[in-house]
Amino acid sequence: MAAPRVYRTEAVVLRQRGLGEADKICVLFTPGLGRIEAVAKGVRRPRSRLAGHLEPLSRSSLLLARGRSLDIITQAQTLDAHAALREDIDRLSRGLYVAELVDRFTDAAPDATGLYRLLVETLERVEAAPGIDLAVRWFEMQLLADQGYQPHLERCVRCDAALTPDGNGFAAALGGVLCPDCAARSASRPLSARAFRLLRYLQREPFRNVARVRVETGLSRELEMHLREAVHVALDRDVKAAGFVDAVRALAGAGDGPGKG
Amino acid sequence: MSARSTVTAAPIARLVEAFHRLPGIGPKSAQRLAYYILRAPPEETEALASALLEVKERVYLCRICQNVTDRDPCALCVGSDRDRALICVVEEPLDSLAVERAGSYAGLYHVLHGALSPMDGIGPEQIKIRELLDRVRDGDVREVILATNSNMEGDATASYVARVLRPFAVQVTRIARGLPAGADVEYADEVTLGRAMRNRLPLEAEPEPEGGAEVR
Repeated sequence: MAAPRVYRTEAVVLRQRGLGEADKICVLFTPGLGRIEAVAKGVRRPRSRLAGHLEPLSRSSLLLARGRSLDIITQAQTLDAHAALREDIDRLSRGLYVAELVDRFTDAAPDATGLYRLLVETLERVEAAPGIDLAVRWFEMQLLADQGYQPHLERCVRCDAALTPDGNGFAAALGGVLCPDCAARSASRPLSARAFRLLRYLQREPFRNVARVRVETGLSRELEMHLREAVHVALDRDVKAAGFVDAVRALAGAGDGPGKG
Repeated sequence: MSARSTVTAAPIARLVEAFHRLPGIGPKSAQRLAYYILRAPPEETEALASALLEVKERVYLCRICQNVTDRDPCALCVGSDRDRALICVVEEPLDSLAVERAGSYAGLYHVLHGALSPMDGIGPEQIKIRELLDRVRDGDVREVILATNSNMEGDATASYVARVLRPFAVQVTRIARGLPAGADVEYADEVTLGRAMRNRLPLEAEPEPEGGAEVR
Protein backbone atom coordinates (compact mmCIF):
# COMPACT_ATOMS: atom_id res chain seq x y z
CA MET A 1 0.00 0.00 0.00
CA ALA A 2 1.49 3.32 -1.06
CA ALA A 3 1.56 6.37 1.21
CA PRO A 4 -1.71 8.32 1.09
CA ARG A 5 -1.86 10.83 -1.74
CA VAL A 6 -2.96 13.71 0.45
CA TYR A 7 -2.01 14.54 4.00
CA ARG A 8 -2.81 17.22 6.51
CA THR A 9 -0.27 19.10 8.59
CA GLU A 10 0.13 22.23 10.58
CA ALA A 11 3.03 24.41 9.48
CA VAL A 12 4.77 27.72 9.97
CA VAL A 13 5.62 29.38 6.66
CA LEU A 14 9.30 30.32 6.88
CA ARG A 15 9.65 31.96 3.49
CA GLN A 16 8.46 31.93 -0.09
CA ARG A 17 10.03 32.25 -3.47
CA GLY A 18 8.49 32.66 -6.89
CA LEU A 19 8.03 29.72 -9.22
CA GLY A 20 7.11 30.35 -12.83
CA GLU A 21 4.44 32.93 -13.54
CA ALA A 22 1.86 32.49 -10.82
CA ASP A 23 3.15 29.91 -8.34
CA LYS A 24 5.34 30.04 -5.31
CA ILE A 25 7.47 27.59 -3.43
CA CYS A 26 6.77 27.81 0.29
CA VAL A 27 9.39 26.72 2.77
CA LEU A 28 7.43 25.21 5.65
CA PHE A 29 8.36 24.03 9.08
CA THR A 30 6.13 21.22 10.32
CA PRO A 31 6.00 19.23 13.56
CA GLY A 32 5.94 15.84 11.84
CA LEU A 33 8.20 16.37 8.82
CA GLY A 34 10.58 19.13 9.83
CA ARG A 35 11.49 21.60 7.11
CA ILE A 36 9.81 20.87 3.78
CA GLU A 37 9.23 22.78 0.58
CA ALA A 38 5.88 22.72 -1.16
CA VAL A 39 4.34 24.38 -4.19
CA ALA A 40 1.45 26.81 -3.78
CA LYS A 41 -0.19 27.08 -7.16
CA GLY A 42 -1.63 30.32 -8.46
CA VAL A 43 -0.90 32.33 -5.31
CA ARG A 44 0.43 35.27 -7.27
CA ARG A 45 -2.92 35.77 -8.95
CA PRO A 46 -5.09 38.37 -7.24
CA ARG A 47 -7.99 36.09 -6.47
CA SER A 48 -5.99 33.20 -5.08
CA ARG A 49 -7.78 31.51 -2.20
CA LEU A 50 -4.50 30.28 -0.79
CA ALA A 51 -2.30 33.36 -0.91
CA GLY A 52 -3.48 35.07 2.26
CA HIS A 53 -3.07 31.89 4.28
CA LEU A 54 0.55 31.30 3.29
CA GLU A 55 2.25 34.56 4.15
CA PRO A 56 5.68 34.17 5.75
CA LEU A 57 5.60 33.74 9.55
CA SER A 58 1.95 32.69 9.61
CA ARG A 59 0.93 29.38 11.15
CA SER A 60 -1.57 27.48 9.05
CA SER A 61 -3.34 24.20 8.76
CA LEU A 62 -2.54 22.74 5.34
CA LEU A 63 -3.71 19.98 3.10
CA LEU A 64 -0.95 18.77 0.80
CA ALA A 65 -0.98 16.42 -2.15
CA ARG A 66 2.10 14.37 -2.90
CA GLY A 67 3.80 15.56 -6.05
CA ARG A 68 6.58 14.03 -8.08
CA SER A 69 9.32 16.18 -6.61
CA LEU A 70 7.62 18.77 -4.41
CA ASP A 71 4.28 18.34 -2.67
CA ILE A 72 1.47 20.69 -3.60
CA ILE A 73 -0.52 22.76 -1.13
CA THR A 74 -4.18 22.25 -2.01
CA GLN A 75 -5.88 23.91 0.97
CA ALA A 76 -4.76 26.33 3.63
CA GLN A 77 -6.41 27.80 6.66
CA THR A 78 -4.67 30.35 8.86
CA LEU A 79 -4.36 29.41 12.51
CA ASP A 80 -2.32 32.42 13.55
CA ALA A 81 -1.46 35.15 11.07
CA HIS A 82 0.62 37.12 13.59
CA ALA A 83 -1.07 40.29 12.40
CA ALA A 84 0.41 42.39 15.19
CA LEU A 85 3.87 41.10 14.36
CA ARG A 86 3.50 42.10 10.75
CA GLU A 87 2.43 45.62 11.58
CA ASP A 88 5.34 46.42 13.86
CA ILE A 89 8.68 46.73 12.09
CA ASP A 90 10.71 46.03 15.26
CA ARG A 91 8.87 42.78 15.90
CA LEU A 92 8.69 41.84 12.22
CA SER A 93 12.46 42.17 11.76
CA ARG A 94 13.06 39.80 14.71
CA GLY A 95 10.37 37.40 13.47
CA LEU A 96 12.09 37.19 10.09
CA TYR A 97 15.42 36.60 11.78
CA VAL A 98 13.93 33.69 13.76
CA ALA A 99 12.37 32.22 10.61
CA GLU A 100 15.63 32.52 8.70
CA LEU A 101 17.52 30.69 11.44
CA VAL A 102 15.06 27.79 11.39
CA ASP A 103 15.21 27.77 7.59
CA ARG A 104 19.02 27.63 7.57
CA PHE A 105 19.56 25.21 10.42
CA THR A 106 16.93 22.59 9.80
CA ASP A 107 16.14 19.95 7.24
CA ALA A 108 13.44 17.37 6.69
CA ALA A 109 13.12 15.32 9.89
CA PRO A 110 10.73 12.61 11.01
CA ASP A 111 10.00 14.27 14.35
CA ALA A 112 10.50 17.97 14.87
CA THR A 113 7.82 18.51 17.48
CA GLY A 114 10.18 20.10 20.01
CA LEU A 115 11.69 22.53 17.53
CA TYR A 116 8.27 23.29 16.08
CA ARG A 117 6.99 24.25 19.51
CA LEU A 118 10.07 26.40 20.08
CA LEU A 119 9.44 28.20 16.78
CA VAL A 120 5.72 28.75 17.42
CA GLU A 121 6.28 29.96 20.97
CA THR A 122 9.13 32.24 19.92
CA LEU A 123 7.03 33.86 17.20
CA GLU A 124 4.24 34.41 19.73
CA ARG A 125 6.71 36.02 22.13
CA VAL A 126 8.25 38.16 19.40
CA GLU A 127 4.73 39.29 18.52
CA ALA A 128 3.56 40.13 22.02
CA ALA A 129 6.25 39.89 24.71
CA PRO A 130 7.74 43.09 26.16
CA GLY A 131 11.36 41.90 25.78
CA ILE A 132 11.58 40.91 22.11
CA ASP A 133 15.34 40.65 21.93
CA LEU A 134 15.59 38.49 25.03
CA ALA A 135 13.05 36.10 23.51
CA VAL A 136 15.25 35.89 20.39
CA ARG A 137 18.40 35.30 22.46
CA TRP A 138 16.72 32.45 24.35
CA PHE A 139 15.57 31.02 21.04
CA GLU A 140 19.10 31.16 19.61
CA MET A 141 20.47 29.36 22.66
CA GLN A 142 17.83 26.60 22.47
CA LEU A 143 18.22 26.23 18.70
CA LEU A 144 22.01 25.95 18.99
CA ALA A 145 21.61 23.26 21.66
CA ASP A 146 19.00 21.40 19.60
CA GLN A 147 21.29 21.38 16.58
CA GLY A 148 24.32 20.19 18.52
CA TYR A 149 26.10 23.54 18.79
CA GLN A 150 25.44 24.28 22.45
CA PRO A 151 28.13 26.71 23.65
CA HIS A 152 30.29 25.38 26.49
CA LEU A 153 29.92 27.70 29.43
CA GLU A 154 31.18 25.68 32.38
CA ARG A 155 34.87 25.07 31.70
CA CYS A 156 37.45 26.79 29.47
CA VAL A 157 37.17 25.27 25.99
CA ARG A 158 40.97 25.27 25.65
CA CYS A 159 42.54 24.31 28.98
CA ASP A 160 39.46 22.85 30.69
CA ALA A 161 39.98 25.02 33.76
CA ALA A 162 36.88 25.80 35.82
CA LEU A 163 35.66 29.29 34.87
CA THR A 164 35.40 32.22 37.25
CA PRO A 165 33.01 35.13 36.50
CA ASP A 166 35.51 37.78 35.39
CA GLY A 167 37.95 38.35 32.56
CA ASN A 168 36.77 35.55 30.27
CA GLY A 169 36.48 35.65 26.51
CA PHE A 170 33.82 34.24 24.18
CA ALA A 171 35.31 32.26 21.31
CA ALA A 172 32.51 31.14 19.05
CA ALA A 173 34.92 29.32 16.74
CA LEU A 174 36.08 27.15 19.65
CA GLY A 175 32.53 26.56 20.81
CA GLY A 176 32.41 28.41 24.07
CA VAL A 177 34.16 30.42 26.75
CA LEU A 178 37.89 30.86 27.33
CA CYS A 179 39.45 31.49 30.75
CA PRO A 180 41.33 34.82 31.14
CA ASP A 181 44.71 33.16 30.44
CA CYS A 182 43.59 31.39 27.28
CA ALA A 183 41.54 34.41 26.15
CA ALA A 184 44.70 36.51 26.24
CA ARG A 185 46.42 34.05 23.93
CA SER A 186 43.76 33.32 21.30
CA ALA A 187 41.13 35.10 19.25
CA SER A 188 38.06 35.83 21.35
CA ARG A 189 35.74 38.63 22.32
CA PRO A 190 35.75 39.98 25.85
CA LEU A 191 32.86 38.50 27.83
CA SER A 192 31.56 40.66 30.66
CA ALA A 193 30.70 38.96 33.94
CA ARG A 194 27.03 39.88 33.57
CA ALA A 195 26.80 38.62 29.99
CA PHE A 196 28.51 35.40 31.06
CA ARG A 197 26.00 34.90 33.87
CA LEU A 198 23.10 35.65 31.56
CA LEU A 199 24.38 33.25 28.86
CA ARG A 200 24.42 30.47 31.45
CA TYR A 201 20.98 31.49 32.63
CA LEU A 202 19.63 31.45 29.06
CA GLN A 203 21.07 28.00 28.61
CA ARG A 204 19.50 26.31 31.60
CA GLU A 205 16.35 28.22 32.54
CA PRO A 206 12.91 28.02 30.90
CA PHE A 207 11.77 31.19 29.18
CA ARG A 208 9.25 32.14 31.87
CA ASN A 209 12.19 32.67 34.25
CA VAL A 210 14.37 34.37 31.64
CA ALA A 211 11.53 36.78 30.82
CA ARG A 212 11.71 38.19 34.32
CA VAL A 213 15.32 39.35 33.91
CA ARG A 214 15.81 43.04 33.24
CA VAL A 215 18.50 43.55 30.61
CA GLU A 216 19.71 47.02 29.75
CA THR A 217 20.71 47.97 26.22
CA GLY A 218 24.49 47.53 26.45
CA LEU A 219 24.21 44.04 27.90
CA SER A 220 21.53 43.13 25.35
CA ARG A 221 23.87 44.16 22.50
CA GLU A 222 26.74 42.17 23.98
CA LEU A 223 24.63 39.04 24.26
CA GLU A 224 23.39 39.53 20.72
CA MET A 225 26.94 39.87 19.43
CA HIS A 226 28.12 36.64 21.13
CA LEU A 227 25.11 34.55 20.09
CA ARG A 228 25.10 35.89 16.55
CA GLU A 229 28.72 34.87 16.27
CA ALA A 230 27.92 31.41 17.62
CA VAL A 231 25.15 31.14 15.02
CA HIS A 232 27.49 32.37 12.31
CA VAL A 233 30.09 29.75 13.18
CA ALA A 234 27.48 26.97 13.31
CA LEU A 235 25.96 27.93 9.95
CA ASP A 236 29.22 29.04 8.36
CA ARG A 237 27.32 31.90 6.75
CA ASP A 238 25.70 35.21 7.57
CA VAL A 239 22.08 35.46 8.56
CA LYS A 240 20.71 38.05 6.15
CA ALA A 241 17.82 39.18 8.33
CA ALA A 242 20.34 40.20 11.03
CA GLY A 243 21.29 43.18 8.86
CA PHE A 244 17.66 44.18 8.73
CA VAL A 245 17.32 43.97 12.51
CA ASP A 246 20.29 46.36 12.72
CA ALA A 247 18.81 48.72 10.10
CA VAL A 248 15.49 48.87 11.94
CA ARG A 249 17.25 49.42 15.23
CA ALA A 250 19.32 52.25 13.77
CA LEU A 251 16.06 53.96 12.77
CA ALA A 252 14.50 53.57 16.18
CA GLY A 253 17.10 56.06 17.36
CA ALA A 254 16.25 57.24 20.85
CA GLY A 255 14.71 53.92 21.78
CA ASP A 256 11.13 54.84 21.00
CA GLY A 257 10.28 51.39 19.70
CA PRO A 258 8.62 48.88 21.99
CA GLY A 259 10.64 47.14 24.74
CA LYS A 260 14.04 46.23 23.45
CA GLY A 261 14.75 43.19 25.63
CA MET B 1 17.60 20.83 -26.94
CA SER B 2 20.40 19.34 -29.00
CA ALA B 3 17.92 17.14 -30.84
CA ARG B 4 15.96 20.21 -31.83
CA SER B 5 19.00 22.19 -32.94
CA THR B 6 19.89 19.47 -35.43
CA VAL B 7 16.45 19.77 -37.03
CA THR B 8 16.08 23.54 -36.66
CA ALA B 9 18.41 26.03 -38.32
CA ALA B 10 20.73 27.56 -35.74
CA PRO B 11 19.42 31.18 -36.05
CA ILE B 12 15.86 29.99 -35.50
CA ALA B 13 16.90 27.88 -32.55
CA ARG B 14 18.60 30.95 -31.06
CA LEU B 15 15.46 33.03 -31.51
CA VAL B 16 13.27 30.33 -29.97
CA GLU B 17 15.67 30.19 -27.06
CA ALA B 18 15.50 33.99 -26.63
CA PHE B 19 11.70 34.04 -26.65
CA HIS B 20 11.59 31.14 -24.25
CA ARG B 21 13.43 33.25 -21.70
CA LEU B 22 10.64 35.85 -21.64
CA PRO B 23 8.11 35.62 -18.80
CA GLY B 24 5.00 33.63 -19.64
CA ILE B 25 6.43 32.13 -22.83
CA GLY B 26 6.63 28.36 -22.90
CA PRO B 27 8.54 26.30 -25.47
CA LYS B 28 5.55 26.03 -27.84
CA SER B 29 4.76 29.75 -27.77
CA ALA B 30 8.44 30.50 -28.29
CA GLN B 31 8.48 28.35 -31.41
CA ARG B 32 5.29 29.91 -32.74
CA LEU B 33 6.68 33.42 -32.23
CA ALA B 34 9.99 32.55 -33.87
CA TYR B 35 8.31 31.10 -36.96
CA TYR B 36 5.97 34.09 -37.10
CA ILE B 37 9.00 36.40 -37.17
CA LEU B 38 10.56 34.26 -39.88
CA ARG B 39 7.55 34.81 -42.16
CA ALA B 40 6.78 38.40 -41.15
CA PRO B 41 7.59 41.26 -43.58
CA PRO B 42 11.09 42.71 -43.04
CA GLU B 43 9.69 46.13 -41.94
CA GLU B 44 7.88 44.46 -39.08
CA THR B 45 10.93 42.63 -37.79
CA GLU B 46 13.05 45.74 -38.17
CA ALA B 47 10.52 47.76 -36.18
CA LEU B 48 10.54 45.10 -33.49
CA ALA B 49 14.33 44.95 -33.40
CA SER B 50 14.73 48.70 -33.13
CA ALA B 51 12.00 48.90 -30.49
CA LEU B 52 13.90 46.32 -28.47
CA LEU B 53 17.16 48.23 -28.75
CA GLU B 54 15.52 51.58 -28.08
CA VAL B 55 13.88 50.43 -24.90
CA LYS B 56 17.31 49.60 -23.51
CA GLU B 57 19.03 52.70 -24.85
CA ARG B 58 16.47 55.46 -24.47
CA VAL B 59 14.58 54.56 -21.33
CA TYR B 60 15.97 55.50 -17.96
CA LEU B 61 14.78 56.40 -14.50
CA CYS B 62 13.17 59.76 -13.75
CA ARG B 63 15.44 61.63 -11.37
CA ILE B 64 12.46 62.65 -9.25
CA CYS B 65 10.06 59.72 -9.04
CA GLN B 66 12.43 56.95 -10.22
CA ASN B 67 9.79 55.69 -12.66
CA VAL B 68 10.95 54.50 -16.07
CA THR B 69 10.78 57.30 -18.61
CA ASP B 70 12.23 58.54 -21.90
CA ARG B 71 12.32 62.12 -20.60
CA ASP B 72 13.99 63.17 -17.38
CA PRO B 73 12.18 64.39 -15.33
CA CYS B 74 9.20 62.40 -16.54
CA ALA B 75 6.02 63.93 -17.95
CA LEU B 76 4.09 63.19 -14.77
CA CYS B 77 6.60 64.87 -12.49
CA VAL B 78 6.62 68.09 -14.55
CA GLY B 79 2.90 68.03 -15.37
CA SER B 80 0.84 70.95 -14.11
CA ASP B 81 -2.35 68.99 -13.53
CA ARG B 82 -1.01 66.88 -10.65
CA ASP B 83 -1.13 67.60 -6.94
CA ARG B 84 2.56 67.93 -6.14
CA ALA B 85 2.04 67.63 -2.40
CA LEU B 86 0.96 64.00 -2.67
CA ILE B 87 3.37 61.12 -3.23
CA CYS B 88 2.13 57.61 -3.81
CA VAL B 89 4.89 55.08 -3.07
CA VAL B 90 4.78 51.89 -5.13
CA GLU B 91 7.10 48.92 -5.49
CA GLU B 92 7.31 48.65 -9.29
CA PRO B 93 6.66 50.85 -12.36
CA LEU B 94 3.72 48.60 -13.27
CA ASP B 95 2.13 49.39 -9.91
CA SER B 96 2.01 53.09 -10.77
CA LEU B 97 0.26 52.20 -14.04
CA ALA B 98 -2.29 50.18 -12.07
CA VAL B 99 -2.98 53.10 -9.73
CA GLU B 100 -3.26 55.42 -12.75
CA ARG B 101 -5.78 53.08 -14.35
CA ALA B 102 -7.90 53.21 -11.22
CA GLY B 103 -8.24 56.91 -11.99
CA SER B 104 -8.77 58.14 -8.45
CA TYR B 105 -5.37 59.59 -7.76
CA ALA B 106 -3.95 62.87 -9.03
CA GLY B 107 -0.68 63.18 -7.14
CA LEU B 108 2.87 62.13 -7.96
CA TYR B 109 4.51 58.73 -7.60
CA HIS B 110 7.65 57.28 -6.17
CA VAL B 111 8.85 53.94 -7.46
CA LEU B 112 11.00 51.95 -5.02
CA HIS B 113 12.00 49.28 -7.57
CA GLY B 114 11.47 46.45 -5.14
CA ALA B 115 10.39 45.71 -1.62
CA LEU B 116 12.33 44.88 1.50
CA SER B 117 13.01 41.17 1.66
CA PRO B 118 15.41 40.76 4.55
CA MET B 119 15.84 36.99 4.14
CA ASP B 120 16.86 37.47 0.52
CA GLY B 121 19.31 40.18 1.49
CA ILE B 122 17.24 43.03 0.04
CA GLY B 123 17.54 45.76 2.61
CA PRO B 124 16.74 49.49 2.67
CA GLU B 125 19.91 50.29 0.69
CA GLN B 126 18.88 48.09 -2.23
CA ILE B 127 15.66 49.98 -3.01
CA LYS B 128 15.01 53.65 -3.64
CA ILE B 129 14.12 54.75 -0.11
CA ARG B 130 16.90 57.31 0.14
CA GLU B 131 15.57 59.08 -2.98
CA LEU B 132 12.12 59.27 -1.39
CA LEU B 133 13.63 60.72 1.75
CA ASP B 134 15.36 63.42 -0.32
CA ARG B 135 12.06 64.32 -1.99
CA VAL B 136 10.25 64.62 1.31
CA ARG B 137 13.10 66.62 2.81
CA ASP B 138 13.35 69.03 -0.10
CA GLY B 139 9.79 69.45 -1.27
CA ASP B 140 6.44 70.63 0.04
CA VAL B 141 4.99 67.19 0.55
CA ARG B 142 1.76 66.98 2.52
CA GLU B 143 1.09 63.28 2.39
CA VAL B 144 2.95 60.11 1.49
CA ILE B 145 0.63 57.25 0.54
CA LEU B 146 2.19 53.82 0.88
CA ALA B 147 0.79 51.60 -1.87
CA THR B 148 3.15 48.67 -1.52
CA ASN B 149 1.84 45.14 -1.91
CA SER B 150 -0.29 43.61 0.81
CA ASN B 151 2.16 40.85 1.64
CA MET B 152 4.94 40.46 4.14
CA GLU B 153 7.52 42.27 2.00
CA GLY B 154 5.10 45.07 1.16
CA ASP B 155 4.07 45.49 4.78
CA ALA B 156 7.69 45.45 5.93
CA THR B 157 8.54 48.09 3.33
CA ALA B 158 5.58 50.27 4.30
CA SER B 159 6.34 50.20 8.01
CA TYR B 160 10.02 50.79 7.38
CA VAL B 161 9.30 53.82 5.17
CA ALA B 162 6.79 55.10 7.72
CA ARG B 163 9.49 54.85 10.36
CA VAL B 164 12.02 56.65 8.15
CA LEU B 165 9.55 59.48 7.54
CA ARG B 166 8.58 59.90 11.17
CA PRO B 167 10.85 62.91 11.79
CA PHE B 168 9.21 64.87 8.97
CA ALA B 169 6.03 66.93 9.14
CA VAL B 170 4.24 64.82 6.59
CA GLN B 171 1.21 62.60 6.89
CA VAL B 172 2.00 58.98 6.10
CA THR B 173 -0.90 56.74 5.08
CA ARG B 174 -1.25 53.17 3.89
CA ILE B 175 -3.79 52.27 1.21
CA ALA B 176 -6.78 50.43 2.68
CA ARG B 177 -6.84 46.69 2.39
CA GLY B 178 -9.91 44.55 2.08
CA LEU B 179 -11.69 42.18 -0.24
CA PRO B 180 -10.79 42.50 -3.90
CA ALA B 181 -13.70 42.91 -6.32
CA GLY B 182 -15.25 39.53 -7.04
CA ALA B 183 -13.86 37.83 -3.92
CA ASP B 184 -15.73 35.54 -1.56
CA VAL B 185 -15.84 36.33 2.14
CA GLU B 186 -15.62 32.62 2.84
CA TYR B 187 -12.15 32.32 1.38
CA ALA B 188 -10.73 35.56 2.69
CA ASP B 189 -7.82 35.16 5.07
CA GLU B 190 -8.16 36.48 8.60
CA VAL B 191 -5.71 39.36 8.20
CA THR B 192 -7.66 40.74 5.25
CA LEU B 193 -11.04 40.21 6.86
CA GLY B 194 -9.87 41.68 10.15
CA ARG B 195 -8.60 44.81 8.44
CA ALA B 196 -11.66 45.02 6.22
CA MET B 197 -13.84 44.92 9.30
CA ARG B 198 -11.78 47.47 11.22
CA ASN B 199 -11.68 49.91 8.28
CA ARG B 200 -15.31 49.45 7.23
CA LEU B 201 -17.14 52.38 5.68
CA PRO B 202 -20.73 53.63 5.99
CA LEU B 203 -22.74 52.72 2.90
CA GLU B 204 -24.73 55.93 2.51
CA ALA B 205 -21.93 58.44 2.12
CA GLU B 206 -19.26 58.28 -0.56
CA PRO B 207 -16.02 57.60 1.26
CA GLU B 208 -14.04 60.76 1.76
CA PRO B 209 -10.62 60.72 0.12
CA GLU B 210 -9.11 61.99 3.35
CA GLY B 211 -10.00 61.49 6.96
CA GLY B 212 -13.19 59.56 6.30
CA ALA B 213 -11.90 56.15 7.14
CA GLU B 214 -9.49 55.18 9.83
CA VAL B 215 -6.10 55.30 8.22
CA ARG B 216 -3.24 52.97 9.08
